[in-house]
Amino acid sequence: MSQTGTLMGFVHRRRRGAELFLLLLALAVGIGAYAAVGLGVEGEVPADLVGYGGWLTALIVAAHVTVRLVAPYADPVLLPLVAALNGLGLAVLRRLDLTYEANGLDQHTFARQQLTWMTLGVVLFVATLVFLRDHRSLQRLTYTSGLAGIVLLVLPFLPGIGVPINGANIWIRVAGFSFQPGEVAKVLLVIAFSGYLVLHRDALALAGRRVVFVDLPRGRDLGPILAMFGVSMLILVKQNDLGSSLLFFGLFLVMLYVATERPGWLVVGGLLFAAGALAAYSFVGNVQNRFNFWLHPMDYYDASPGSGQLVEALFGMGWGGLIGRGFGNGFPERVPFAYSDFILSTVGEELGLAAVMAIVLCYGLIVERALRIALISRDGFGKLMAVGLGAIFALQVFVVIGGVTGLIPLTGLTTPFLSYGGSSLVANWVVIALLLRISDQARRPAPRLDPVDESAADSESTQVVKLR
Amino acid sequence: MNKPIRVVSVFCLLLFLALLVNATYLMYVRSGDLSQDPRNRRVITAAYSRERGAILVGKEAIARSVPSDDQYKFQRTYSQPFKYAPITGYFAFFSQTGVERSQNSVLAGDDSRLFVTRLVDLLSNTDPKGGNVQLTVNAAAQDAAWEGLENLPGDAQGAVVALEPSTGRVLAMASTPTFDPNNLASHDFGAVADLSKKLNADESQPLINRAIGTTLPPGSTFKLVTAAAAIESGNYDADSMVPGGFGFKLPQSSTTIRNHDGGNCGGRRITMTQAMQVSCNVTFLSLANELGNDAMAEQAEKFGFNATSLEDLGGQATSLYPRDMDAPQTAMSGIGQASVTATPLQMAMVAAAIANDGDVMRPYVVDEVRAPNLSVLDKTDPQSISKAISSTTAEELTKMLVATVDTGTATPAQIPGVEVAGKTGTAQSTADRPPYAWFVSFAPADDPKVAVAVLVQSSDTAREEIAGGLLGGPIAKAIMEAVIAP
Repeated sequence: MSQTGTLMGFVHRRRRGAELFLLLLALAVGIGAYAAVGLGVEGEVPADLVGYGGWLTALIVAAHVTVRLVAPYADPVLLPLVAALNGLGLAVLRRLDLTYEANGLDQHTFARQQLTWMTLGVVLFVATLVFLRDHRSLQRLTYTSGLAGIVLLVLPFLPGIGVPINGANIWIRVAGFSFQPGEVAKVLLVIAFSGYLVLHRDALALAGRRVVFVDLPRGRDLGPILAMFGVSMLILVKQNDLGSSLLFFGLFLVMLYVATERPGWLVVGGLLFAAGALAAYSFVGNVQNRFNFWLHPMDYYDASPGSGQLVEALFGMGWGGLIGRGFGNGFPERVPFAYSDFILSTVGEELGLAAVMAIVLCYGLIVERALRIALISRDGFGKLMAVGLGAIFALQVFVVIGGVTGLIPLTGLTTPFLSYGGSSLVANWVVIALLLRISDQARRPAPRLDPVDESAADSESTQVVKLR
Repeated sequence: MNKPIRVVSVFCLLLFLALLVNATYLMYVRSGDLSQDPRNRRVITAAYSRERGAILVGKEAIARSVPSDDQYKFQRTYSQPFKYAPITGYFAFFSQTGVERSQNSVLAGDDSRLFVTRLVDLLSNTDPKGGNVQLTVNAAAQDAAWEGLENLPGDAQGAVVALEPSTGRVLAMASTPTFDPNNLASHDFGAVADLSKKLNADESQPLINRAIGTTLPPGSTFKLVTAAAAIESGNYDADSMVPGGFGFKLPQSSTTIRNHDGGNCGGRRITMTQAMQVSCNVTFLSLANELGNDAMAEQAEKFGFNATSLEDLGGQATSLYPRDMDAPQTAMSGIGQASVTATPLQMAMVAAAIANDGDVMRPYVVDEVRAPNLSVLDKTDPQSISKAISSTTAEELTKMLVATVDTGTATPAQIPGVEVAGKTGTAQSTADRPPYAWFVSFAPADDPKVAVAVLVQSSDTAREEIAGGLLGGPIAKAIMEAVIAP
């Protein structure tokens, strides 16, 4: 942890002005895209541009002011990135709405609903920052959130509550609201893993034997990894959802590896997951289909179930080319669920490779900021949480964008901040709030900088947490 | 914990790099391939929504795009749908045929010859328009061809091709029964699908362009080829004495073939001209038998058999003269029976070659490719495919054919004041079906302007009337008159 010392010697700057400037750029993207949708599809600037832009601006300014007030040292780049992605997502949804409406579809208010969800997301973002003054207090909830997370993951299997929507068993319906518990569960699980691992990292790290060049963990320490493996496999088999399964297990493995600094866990976990995926491939027809569609999408174009959706997305993105067809000049409605999982194909078709790359880079920057926060965080719990949140973001983006562009087998996950979906959007705003909170803690000047503590900052902060 | 975090960072970097590389591969490198995929409806819809160029006959646009107020912006319309359907084909969402298909890149505006136009459109930010295609068709000849077919009695099936002998330009091409391409170009895809299913199931095959897509035994019109082979062998001319008589006993067989009227063609030895005039089966059976399969096949192939030559239209059938026929079959081939089959286009090419001193010209339908502003971008040059016969042979044959029209079986094609060369044909099929009636001709014999082939495939006319060109002769005459008389 020698780097920590030099980083702490750094001049602590708030950089809120930089954030404001970047937010203005982000707003220009969001509102500009909304205007471009109106111009491209309807031939005129949308009548509600001022109201819409005002609302978006109000939300962003509220978030910014909150950060200024309660997390002044927070990372200045995260919020603008999220604002840009969310704004662009709203514009793309608006573009799809116009076509859906023209084609006489019932559902053509995705953008409006998404704006409502974004409002709720920003409210929760503000609430998280205001009420959670120190992320370490979450460590008290390690087991509670772990249990809650697992329960949420299992809920969609339960009869009566779980409802299959579009063939995926990842939804529950309570009091008329449908809700994707997996999106919330991932945040809870990151908190639970962080709390658990920060306590047990020594036991997991130090015991074990070395086989060839790899330190393998002790048999009895395999318990948690096996439990998490079990949950992942359950998701895989019961939900037919390779993506979520990979997401949760991958998240767990990454955090385990970071906590223990032992690549052996990755080897064990990787082998387990490969074995599980192979078994699922052999016994679950759906997984097999997904693989076939991925390897030979063109052969299954007309089949049912088939790869029509993926191939249409590929056609669309190929049709878009370098700079896209422009809003209103493509046929994104040819791709089923273009408003949710396949929203990137709409972006690719109408805004081209340039916009796809910009979006991937935005996600990359979010992950980079998360990992940077992890690096400079002064406490183990915060480090693990930041790594976990960053990793789950990276994995989710990779799985969904990789799936839509044909890099890996397709699996149903939302594209964070772009796709229509309340659960996902709200959960991701909370994720950003948590990251900002950790970064605020990490970047603010240490209250009592003791030279003795500095040599062991990592273990010291762990002890502080224990004392609470 | 920072070391593993850095490892995780590198891992994430690799994930995002993989996404970027894959996106570039998909949207830039593979983009062209994906657009080529026939199932890619985006490409089709875009082409469908563009102002497609017109197909012109003379100064009239027989197919053009007019603005429509639905999502496709333009509706393809055909001003004389049935008359020109075999040539224009149709422009439906899922498929195209005819010139609509073969000239699609021009009509859609994608052709490299339209590069400058596209550049101007791009710079001036106007919607790209397709180029126009000027056909070789002579409107008067096409009118005559279509009216002739339409006026055939009953539910006749037939086809007509008229060529300009010196160039190979297709002056007329009609086929019946046919279809209305307007209905197939409709934006009501459900109705189009139903109609298309119905047309495909129709036993009279209205979607087939019989002029190039149907091969049938050419019957007596193939005697032109037999006679050409005989004269080319150097042993015969128009006045040579050839075998006549009541019957010809096929080699290696006990079957004897008689003349169509049961007569003896006017004697045991007659002149070749007389044999042609009365369409003497015995003469041409024995000539083909004497020349043999190789010589006959070579002559047929020089005229264009066993190959296709018209490049502007799809759906062409290959006219066949098999090279592996035995002696009795070879003899039968001399009168256009056995396994010999020909399209009306092929028989028109035979007539045109005789009219053009033996030079077979490649038939073509597309005369000029024009920019949206009608400036000519490209003009098709006439192209000689082969020298089928010497010009002396062509002269001899012309003499025989003129005699056939003057005083022989082909008299219905006579035009007052013009020397016409022609030949009838009646190919036998099964007893319960009427025979196929053929008629080939060209005029004026001394300076041929037009060569015609007419096929009447099935008609309710009585059997005995068909022979003698009663069905085909008047149609051929009307077309020739339309071309000759300005």
